[in-house]
Amino acid sequence: MFEQVTSAFLTILIGVVACFIYFWGTNWLLDRFLRSDGPGLSGRQSVQRDTLRSRIRPWLFLFPALFFMGVYLAYPVFATLWLALHDRTATNFVGLANFTWALTDPRFLQAAGNNLLWLIVVPTASTGFGLLVAVLADRLWWGNIAKSLIFMPMAISFVGASVIWKFVFDFRGPDADQIGVLNALVQMFGGSPQAWITVPFWNNFFLMIILIWIQTGFAMVILSAALRGIPEETLEAARIDGATDIQIFFGIMIPQIFPTILVVWTTITITVLKVFDIVLAMTNGQWDTQVLANLMFDWMFRGGGDSGRSSTIALFIMFAVLPIMVWNIRNVNSEETTR
Amino acid sequence: MATVALKDLVKTFDKTEVLHGINLEIEDGEFVVFVGPSGCGKSTTLRMLAGLEEVTSGEIHIGDMMVNHLEPKERNIAMVFQNYAIYPHMSVRKNIGFGLRTAKMSKQDKEKRIDEVAEILSMSELLDRRPSQLSGGQRQRVAIGRAMVRDPQVFLFDEPLSNLDAQLRTQMRLEIKKLHQRVGTTIIFVTHDQVEAMTLADRIVIMKDGYIQQVGTPTEVYQNPANLFVAQFIGAPSMNMLEGRLTNEGIVLDAGFTIPVRPKVAPQGMTIGIRPSELTPAKEGEAALMEGSVSVVEPLGSETLIYVDVGSTEIVATVPGRTLPELGSRVRLNTPKEEIHFFDTKTGQALK
Repeated sequence: MFEQVTSAFLTILIGVVACFIYFWGTNWLLDRFLRSDGPGLSGRQSVQRDTLRSRIRPWLFLFPALFFMGVYLAYPVFATLWLALHDRTATNFVGLANFTWALTDPRFLQAAGNNLLWLIVVPTASTGFGLLVAVLADRLWWGNIAKSLIFMPMAISFVGASVIWKFVFDFRGPDADQIGVLNALVQMFGGSPQAWITVPFWNNFFLMIILIWIQTGFAMVILSAALRGIPEETLEAARIDGATDIQIFFGIMIPQIFPTILVVWTTITITVLKVFDIVLAMTNGQWDTQVLANLMFDWMFRGGGDSGRSSTIALFIMFAVLPIMVWNIRNVNSEETTR
Repeated sequence: MATVALKDLVKTFDKTEVLHGINLEIEDGEFVVFVGPSGCGKSTTLRMLAGLEEVTSGEIHIGDMMVNHLEPKERNIAMVFQNYAIYPHMSVRKNIGFGLRTAKMSKQDKEKRIDEVAEILSMSELLDRRPSQLSGGQRQRVAIGRAMVRDPQVFLFDEPLSNLDAQLRTQMRLEIKKLHQRVGTTIIFVTHDQVEAMTLADRIVIMKDGYIQQVGTPTEVYQNPANLFVAQFIGAPSMNMLEGRLTNEGIVLDAGFTIPVRPKVAPQGMTIGIRPSELTPAKEGEAALMEGSVSVVEPLGSETLIYVDVGSTEIVATVPGRTLPELGSRVRLNTPKEEIHFFDTKTGQALK
């Protein structure tokens, strides 16, 4: 334990010192070798050196970031593309065979279908609940406490959340005492307990609840801030104009924060497309709950060992995220320019 | 159209009382301006009238109805806000028509009404624009249109011109006055600008610290201010105030000269007020009321403001535009006796 802590500390120290040496050192070298006030320099030369220095300097500072982005982000994209065009051991070129496999494989299609279901339900529910809480909490004296509680799941990792919800959905055989909250409630109202996460189709929704539970807090915080940004006068003017609370909400408030709603919705959509941990921890894709990210993991690391097929699945996920990502960034940018 | 009456109106926020029993009767079709420094309670009064703030105690009547507990929409009023409060996501036409949505009217009648209002405000060609494509003056016009379209009993204006530049403000001021002459609806207008108050109002209500200081026509409040506050608040530049005390020869002022007149009721400590415009340079050989040296000269074109040090007091006088006295030169000033205002220094009340 002690050793781990010291080694972690040491790593941080080395990192910080290395950063310092790099940024300070390269800067110092640049100033030293391209100095413009040295002896025997004509005015023209010294101006040239000034411009040269100011051209090089930004690249010195950008280099580490660009380098690591290249190694860990850009290179993997091309490597994945290359792998997707090769067979399981990445030795023989197979063309688009992996793609035709994916589009005919029932397990892939089921996972894609489930992803689509997640995509429709989770962002909509999270944004909807988040908006509802944001609006209602402002009217209560304990609204801030409620908001803090609802925001808290954001701090829990997906796997941690899954463990918590595993207890909620827990099933102990038909005759045993139920420790899961859901089954306890079902029993209380006279129903018979079930292993909820093994009931096909509906179990998808039980998994989605976990992500909704986490993402509602995020949506609530952003939308709450947006709601505060609505000019109070427009709401008062609407009241005087004779609008009801419902009309004010849908006619005046929602349209004014609509750009923010879109950003929240798309941000959650991207998270949903990548969903992996929850499914892995809860069902590992059994009982028809498979999703693309988990399927990719299966093909690569668990029994599959097929870099071609898993890379193909990875590309499918990337292409699905890409348009939403671009749209999201454009939304954020356009919202910022109007501020 | 309707009368408006405020009876012993009190407002408290938490434990602070901000309005201390306001009493006011407003006649049908009257243009009343509430004026006062910020924090005097004028906007709060207006918002209570609109139904946006609850009444702590007292009564508000619009027409023959007590409206204390009515929703804003049931009061048949319309309000124009300082920041326009235009719905940014709607076209001008929809903005103006928003208040008509709930009205029992056919669609054609509604459209016709919107067109009429746009016509009056000469903005027919702007109806399909978005608020973001409008200038400040045009936005305020949309806000006024939105208020007009519902044909309310009372118009409420909450500092509607404060966000406009000086030139536009003068122009909109004129338009609002014309609008009132045309539609004749009761208007209650809140401003901190005494010029707006003077030019627009049938009657001015001057407020300070949650109390009404004086109610009267612009001429009344200008010529017979009820107290020191009103005297200094109304009129630009402000009335000159000189403290002094009563003796047998008249009022001996701290500034170092004596005024040979006195009001009927005269307490010991008195303050006299003289408007800068009533101070004129004394002619050669004529006895002058006061004498001093010029410290600052502000030429305004049509007139010139001169700041004169009389004893230890600085006095402002308005002289004709062509007169530009040199700095440090001696000037002798006179004023007609009837233009001298007397106030009790202790209570601040005007003395007749």
